[in-house]
Amino acid sequence: MTAVLAPTTLFGLCGAALVGIGLFVVLTHPSLLRRIVGFNLLGAGIFLVFGVVARRGAAAGFAGDPVPHAMVITGIVVAFSATALAVALLRRLLELTGRSTLDNGEPPDPEPRSKP
Amino acid sequence: MAQLFDLALVIWLIALAVHITMARTDQNAIIAFIAFGLLLGLGWVQLSAFDVALTEIAIGAGVTGILLLSAEAHMRKARTSTKATGTKIAKAEASTTGTVSKATTIDEGRRIGAVGVITTAIACAAVTVGLGFAVLLLPNPAPTLAPAAAAALDATGLGNPVTAVLLAYRALDTLLEKVVLLLALVGVWSLAPDRLWDGAPALRPAEVPEPLAYLARVLPPFGVLIAVYMFWVGADAPGGTFQAGTVLAAMWLIVMIAGLRQPPDTALKTLRLLLVGGPALFLAVGLIGFIIADGFLAYPEAIAKPLILVIEAALTLSIGVTLAMLVAGPAQKAREP
Repeated sequence: MTAVLAPTTLFGLCGAALVGIGLFVVLTHPSLLRRIVGFNLLGAGIFLVFGVVARRGAAAGFAGDPVPHAMVITGIVVAFSATALAVALLRRLLELTGRSTLDNGEPPDPEPRSKP
Repeated sequence: MAQLFDLALVIWLIALAVHITMARTDQNAIIAFIAFGLLLGLGWVQLSAFDVALTEIAIGAGVTGILLLSAEAHMRKARTSTKATGTKIAKAEASTTGTVSKATTIDEGRRIGAVGVITTAIACAAVTVGLGFAVLLLPNPAPTLAPAAAAALDATGLGNPVTAVLLAYRALDTLLEKVVLLLALVGVWSLAPDRLWDGAPALRPAEVPEPLAYLARVLPPFGVLIAVYMFWVGADAPGGTFQAGTVLAAMWLIVMIAGLRQPPDTALKTLRLLLVGGPALFLAVGLIGFIIADGFLAYPEAIAKPLILVIEAALTLSIGVTLAMLVAGPAQKAREP
């Protein structure tokens, strides 16, 4: 039990859970905006697992391996730029079709919004 | 005691993640996501990754939060205006299906049915269990590059190993990441309609609340000071370009949202120079490395630290502007002649 409660294992398992929850949101949620949030949850989980790997690699007087830390920082920034692009695409989709879901079953909005 | 804190933190993180899945409205989920990001930052502190904690809180929770919230507000407004113009259709839909139109907007995408949802849930749980086993079965002793990073630290003159990895040992990753940020911005900008493409994004809400206008006047001097400090201290302690750039972006965003300054035209020369300046300087120094050092992105040992600081300063400005423009989104107003 104490082994599971060690901070590295605990946060590693938390990361694993977040990956599952994020993946579920990305795959099933009707709202596309929510899927983008889910994508960020999924990323956060993966980064956390990576952070555990870094913490376990503590050596040479550092509290963690700096290489995975640097890669996680890079990852967070790249995840943000992907999120910004996804949000911009979603807003354009809404502007053009009036929909914010990926539903092909419904007939497209008969009145495409022609906002200036 | 520390274990109890960790346990509570993990339970909160998972509870918030579940809440994000279940929340009825997107707005609710996004606010939960911001809280999640802040708590995750605490988690990174518990893992002794202070640089990552700062980045997670600034970018993961802060800038992503404001981006999602503003998108949600915009989409909600757009939907209600569509609904107002298309009441007839909504009424017809409501009378045939017998549901309120609000419910249809929420549920119209759920076409995979209960079986599909359960199958997906099981598959996702399997991913979690697999990852969990991977975490439990990590090799012992853990492989690490920390000694290698420590051994080469003296050559850079830096004290913060994470900054050294970002700007010296793995400089290529960092350079390419800047390019990814710029590419994302090019993608966002190119989503503007043709006649607006070189115009300005719109950020300001119709009404600016008094406290926001006040904050937008008072905060920026402190924010800029904090950003400069974070950039400077990043060489030797937790901090660095991303964190400082994000604080700069936040300050600029609050000024633009409060309407004290308008977002610039995306065609503005100065803006484009600022965006490209950091990565371009990084690349130029990298190429000069062929002549004055061992090769691409290598620094001569004597001036490694000043070179890294100059690159970091330019990158901080570029990152700040890029992040702010990514949040501002594509142009929505035609360029003023």
